[in-house]
Amino acid sequence: MKRRTLLAGAAALPLFNIVDSERVRADTKTIKIGLLEDISGDLAVFGIPKLHGSQLAVEEINGKGGILGRQIELMHLDPQGDNARYQEFARRMLQKEKVDLLIGGITSASREAIRPIVDRTNTLYIYTNQYEGGVCDASMISDGAVPEQQLSTLIPWMVEKFGKRVYTVAADYNFGHLSAEWGRTLLKPLGGQVVGEEFIPLGVSQFAQTIQNIQKAKPDWLYMLNVGAAQNSFFPQASAAHLDIPMGSPIKIMLGFEHKQFPAPVMANMYAAANWFEELDTPAAEDFKKRWRAKFPKETYINDMGYNAYVALYMYKMLAERAQSLNKDDIRKVIAKGDAGIDAPEGHIVIDPKSQHTSHHMRLLSVDKENKVHIVKDFGVIQPYWLGQVGCDLTKSNPKEQYTPDHLPPKR
Amino acid sequence: MFADLFSDFYQFADVFAFLILSAAGLAIIFGMMGVINLAHGEFIMCGVYVTSAVYHAGLPLPLAQACGAIVAGLIGMLLEVTIIRPLYSRPLDSLLVTWGISLVATQGTLIALGSTFPGIDTPGHSFSVGEYSFSSYRMVLFAASLCVLGFVYVLFMRTRFGVHARATMQNPGMAQALGVRKGFIYALSFGIGTGLAGLCGALYAPTMNLIPTMGASFLVEAFVTVVVGGANVLLGTGPAAIALGAIRAGLNAWYGQVVGEIGLLIAVVLIIRVLPDGFSGWLTRRTS
Repeated sequence: MKRRTLLAGAAALPLFNIVDSERVRADTKTIKIGLLEDISGDLAVFGIPKLHGSQLAVEEINGKGGILGRQIELMHLDPQGDNARYQEFARRMLQKEKVDLLIGGITSASREAIRPIVDRTNTLYIYTNQYEGGVCDASMISDGAVPEQQLSTLIPWMVEKFGKRVYTVAADYNFGHLSAEWGRTLLKPLGGQVVGEEFIPLGVSQFAQTIQNIQKAKPDWLYMLNVGAAQNSFFPQASAAHLDIPMGSPIKIMLGFEHKQFPAPVMANMYAAANWFEELDTPAAEDFKKRWRAKFPKETYINDMGYNAYVALYMYKMLAERAQSLNKDDIRKVIAKGDAGIDAPEGHIVIDPKSQHTSHHMRLLSVDKENKVHIVKDFGVIQPYWLGQVGCDLTKSNPKEQYTPDHLPPKR
Repeated sequence: MFADLFSDFYQFADVFAFLILSAAGLAIIFGMMGVINLAHGEFIMCGVYVTSAVYHAGLPLPLAQACGAIVAGLIGMLLEVTIIRPLYSRPLDSLLVTWGISLVATQGTLIALGSTFPGIDTPGHSFSVGEYSFSSYRMVLFAASLCVLGFVYVLFMRTRFGVHARATMQNPGMAQALGVRKGFIYALSFGIGTGLAGLCGALYAPTMNLIPTMGASFLVEAFVTVVVGGANVLLGTGPAAIALGAIRAGLNAWYGQVVGEIGLLIAVVLIIRVLPDGFSGWLTRRTS
């Protein structure tokens, strides 16, 4: 016993020297941040503003001295919307390049493809999209809006304003199915009724039958979860067929900026709850937009994904500087305090320790007949409370699972 | 009752038009000339983009659409002369080359014109039958698809060019010996094929979201229709679109788009299993 301790002590001696010189070198080394965003292929529309958001934030932070006095080195790879490439590139970033932080992914499918790879390392991952919520994973921080922020606000408002009969048009993959499930769950206590629910394969661009089905079902409003450019062709086709039914969606306008792509009045009568949209005109938002437009004057629209990508880097800077470390466990100790927040362009937002999701200032927007966006209601700051409520507590355990209203954590 | 019947017809006409318009150009290039043109979707995208650009420059929509078809046709002829021509006897190489063209075209468009392009107002109004309202432009598309079928039939069956073209595709050496200008016929046929692809894009431009990869959403339907149609495209494409359109529209109506898409592909597998030469092979055997 004694001999072993002695041996361990002896072995530890030179080790200390190595660690020490590492630490000295670390102060001058750059911080490597890996970024996976699709800037070609079908999702380029969304990926390009995301890349721009990250680039803008890195430039600003580096200009003001970096994080912990170290410059950020942004390494971007383009998975082209291909989930297999997402996995390959995530492995390369994490294992070969040994990045300090991984950011990115657009679809929920791509996030779920790389999350297990991240979980096998000790690297932190930030997902910067709004999504269907429910991921309870200590390796992941989400700084996009989730259903309790987007849907618990939007759906009751739509029911009160337009009525209880709802028709769902959703993309046929995990985001569409889970968000449709969220819709059903939220409608039940409101006495709402799903009078039709249609799942559309990705890539389908022809909607004559869907439009007819909607007219037959006579809903009060449409819950739109269609995804991608092909499926967005629903809007001009519905407008041409004179389908004048109000629409609510957690992804339209602020994310896909359909009102900048289709001629008016195609997107008229669309309602959405968002933490960011370019039409937001608070002084902080105006200042942010000015800086963005100075660097990327040709940007069609500064969408919420691009905004979240920008905010993610400031969030990381705050966490690393409060922790005085880039180590995941040190950073998570800061999150556990419950006050890890920044003053973002939307307002002050904080990471919730239980779910590692972010509080957001939510606003309801509407689109008029000229495709102009108006703010209809200010919901104030909304916490990402759902995961904590159903029993996810990352300060106590790390199940690495994605929960949904139909798949809740086991009761203790 | 009438409203429902009309609705069924409208849905069928809508799918039929989509199949015919996406497949017509490919029927000539793949069905007649034997080039597996994987850049077909990008010629459609070319038609869309040209139409939209010309329309936003101030020309009326029908003229803009004509420009879309003509530009796609001219680019097609240019590519035939420069790249495709040496590859007629090498179908696998032409497949690779056209795939390359499609990649260059989508990425080039993305770099040059950005990730989105301004859309066009859908022309025409809506009309109501019973409780349903319909877009009248969709009926224009249906009429256009019938015109395209008629145009291709008349062009290849009733004109001197058509006789020369069919002769050249059947036996280029013999046709040349009889004084047919082989190179000219090939270039023009290819150009007509890509021009029809461009026309498809031009016609669908006011109904879709314009992005560089949009051609892909036409490609599967185009190939499926041509393959089911069989070797004689003049005979096969129409019946193929009727059969596939009825299957797809019916399944869409009863079970939704997911089943519609799966059902369409299963139907294709079954049809080419039972009729290996497609509809045209079966029709030729019946009549001869």
